[in-house]
Amino acid sequence: MNWLTGFFGDPANWSGPGGIPARLLEHVEFSALALVLAMLLAVPLGLLIGHTGRGALLVVVSANLSRALPTLGLLVMFVLLLGTASIWPVIIPLVLLAVPPILVNTYEGVRGVDPELRDAAYGMGLRGGQVLGRVLVPVALPLILLGLRLSAIQVVATTTVAAYTGLGGLGRFVIDGFATKDYASVVGGSVLIVLFALVVQIGFTLVQRTTVSPGVSQRVRSR
Amino acid sequence: MITFDSVTKRYPDGTVAVDHLSLEAPTGEVTVFVGPSGCGKTTSLRMINRMIDATEGEILLDGRPVREIDPPTLRRGIGYVIQQAGLFPHKKIVDNIATVPHLLGWDRGKARARAMELLERVGLDPAMGERYPFQLSGGQQQRVGVARALAADPPVLLMDEPFSAVDPIVRTSLQDELLRLQAELNKTIVFVTHDIDEAIKLGDRVAVLRVGGRLAQLADPKTLLSEPADDFVREFLGRDRGIRRLQFVSTEGLRLRTDLTVPEGYEGGRSEPWLLVVTKDGRPLGWIAGDGRGGPEPYGTFRPGQDSMRAALDAALLSPSGCAVAVDEEGKVAGVATREALDAALAEAADA
Ligand SMILES: Nc1ncnc2c1ncn2[C@@H]1O[C@H](COP(=O)(O)OP(=O)(O)O)[C@@H](O)[C@H]1O
Ligand SMILES: [Mg+2]
Repeated sequence: MNWLTGFFGDPANWSGPGGIPARLLEHVEFSALALVLAMLLAVPLGLLIGHTGRGALLVVVSANLSRALPTLGLLVMFVLLLGTASIWPVIIPLVLLAVPPILVNTYEGVRGVDPELRDAAYGMGLRGGQVLGRVLVPVALPLILLGLRLSAIQVVATTTVAAYTGLGGLGRFVIDGFATKDYASVVGGSVLIVLFALVVQIGFTLVQRTTVSPGVSQRVRSR
Repeated sequence: MITFDSVTKRYPDGTVAVDHLSLEAPTGEVTVFVGPSGCGKTTSLRMINRMIDATEGEILLDGRPVREIDPPTLRRGIGYVIQQAGLFPHKKIVDNIATVPHLLGWDRGKARARAMELLERVGLDPAMGERYPFQLSGGQQQRVGVARALAADPPVLLMDEPFSAVDPIVRTSLQDELLRLQAELNKTIVFVTHDIDEAIKLGDRVAVLRVGGRLAQLADPKTLLSEPADDFVREFLGRDRGIRRLQFVSTEGLRLRTDLTVPEGYEGGRSEPWLLVVTKDGRPLGWIAGDGRGGPEPYGTFRPGQDSMRAALDAALLSPSGCAVAVDEEGKVAGVATREALDAALAEAADA
C-alpha cells in the first residue's frame, strides 16, 4: 500500500517526460497507432476474403504464424535492424501481432453468416457490395469486434514489453523500477497497466453495445 | 407470363438438374412446381430470377429473355420467398419489409407506410413492425417474408417451399392467406413444393417434375387427379386420389330435402329413420331417431355451392344418419343432403 501511495503521491511522477501523463500518452499512442494500422489492413482483407471465398489460405497461414512467432523476438529483431531513432521498430511488430486475430475473426464472421440469409439478400436484388455492407458486416459485427478486442488486449500488453527496447510507455515504470530496485515504481506501473487494460475492455464493451444491432445480439428491452 | 423454352441446367459437376423444360406460367395465375426431392424444382425456380443461370435454352419474362436483364435489376422486380424466410436479423420487421423499396430509392416515409400496410395485409399486428426477426415465431417470420416479397408490388412472385418448415396448422392458415391475397392481387406466382396436397390446393396449374428435371405432366389440379399422364404421376398423387378429386366437384347441384327437420321437443311420430332437430332460430341441434327416442346425435355441415363434394361427404360421415346438413352463411339450416342425394352426385362425378 505505501508503495502505491509512494508512487502515486509523488508529485515528481505526475510531470515531465518520465511522468505518468506522458508515459500514459505514449502507451496510448503506440497501442492505438498499431491497432488502427492493423485494423485498416485486416478488416478490409478479412471482409474481402470472407465475401469472395478467395484467399482463405492467407487467413490460415496468418493465424498459424501468429502462434509460431514470438513477439518479443520480433520486437528485438526490428529494433536491432532499424535502431531506436523512430517508433517504427516497435510499431511494426505490434501491427504484425494485431493483424491475425482481426483477420481471422472478420473472415470467420463473414463466412459464418447463414447462407440462406446471403441468398435472400441477393434474391431481393442487392448487389455484391450491398450484400457485404448492408447484411454481412452488420451480422458479422460481433465477431469483427471480438477480433479487434483480442488484438487490442495483446497490443496493450505487448506495448508494455516494448519498454525493453528503450522506448516509452507505461512499461518503463516497471522495467526501470526493476533496474533501480524502485519497487514503488514497479507496483505503481503495474497497477497503471492493469487499469489501462480494463479501460480498453470497457471501451470495447461500450462500442459493442452501441454498434451491434439488438436484433443480432438478441438484447432487447422487454416490454 | 413466364416462359421456359427448352431450358436445361447442368451443374459444373455434371448433374443435370433440369432437362429441356418447356412450359408457361400464365400471368395472374399460380403455377406450382411439384415433385420428389432433388427433381430440380428449386433450380428451375431460381433460373427465373437468375440466382442460377440456365445452361441451355431460354427463360422469357413477358417475352423478354431474362438473360438480357442485369440480375439485381431483374430481382428487384420479382418477389422471392424462401423456406427459412431469410429475414435480416439486424433489421426491424418494418425495415425488412421495406428492403426492396429502399433499394429502388423510395423515400423513407413512403417505404415505411407501405411496409406497415403490408404487415396488416399478411395478417400481422402492426406493432410487430418494431420487433426484430428473432422475436417472431416461424409462421410469423414466413408472413413477413411474403410481405417483404410484395413490398415493391412486383408482378411476379417466386416461392420456394415457403411453408414447409412450419407446423401443419400454421401451414394451412398461411396457405389460406396466400389464396386470399392472390384473389386480391392477381400476381403471377411460381410456387415450389414437394407436397402434392399443397400443390393441388394452391395451384391454378401444376407442373409435376420427375427426377432428372423432366416435366411429367402440366395440368390444372382437377385434370391432374382425374387423368394422370403416367404411372409416375399416378404414384406421386398417392392413394386417395379419388377422394381428393371430390375437392373439385361442386355441391351446387346437390339435391337437398327440407322435409327432414323437426323443432326442439319432438317426441316421435314420423316414419323417417332420422330427423334433424333445429333450434327456434334455425340452427341445427342434432339428429334424432324417427321415433323420438335418444338424445340428439352429432351432425356435420357444409355450404352448398361454396364447399366441395369432399366437404359434403365429410359432413355426412360425421353423423350416424349418414346425411349432411346444408347451412347458409349464417349457419342456418338450408336443407339436408341424404345418402341417396350424395350417391347420385358421386355417381355423376365418377362419370365426369
Ligand atoms: N450447386 C449444385 N451443384 C451440383 N448439383 C446441384 C447443385 N444444386 C442442386 N444440385 C443437384 O441438382 C438436382 C436438383 O436440385 P434441386 O433443384 O435443388 O431439387 P429440388 O428443389 O427439386 O429438391 C439434385 O440432384 C441436386 O443434388
Ligand atoms: Mg428445393
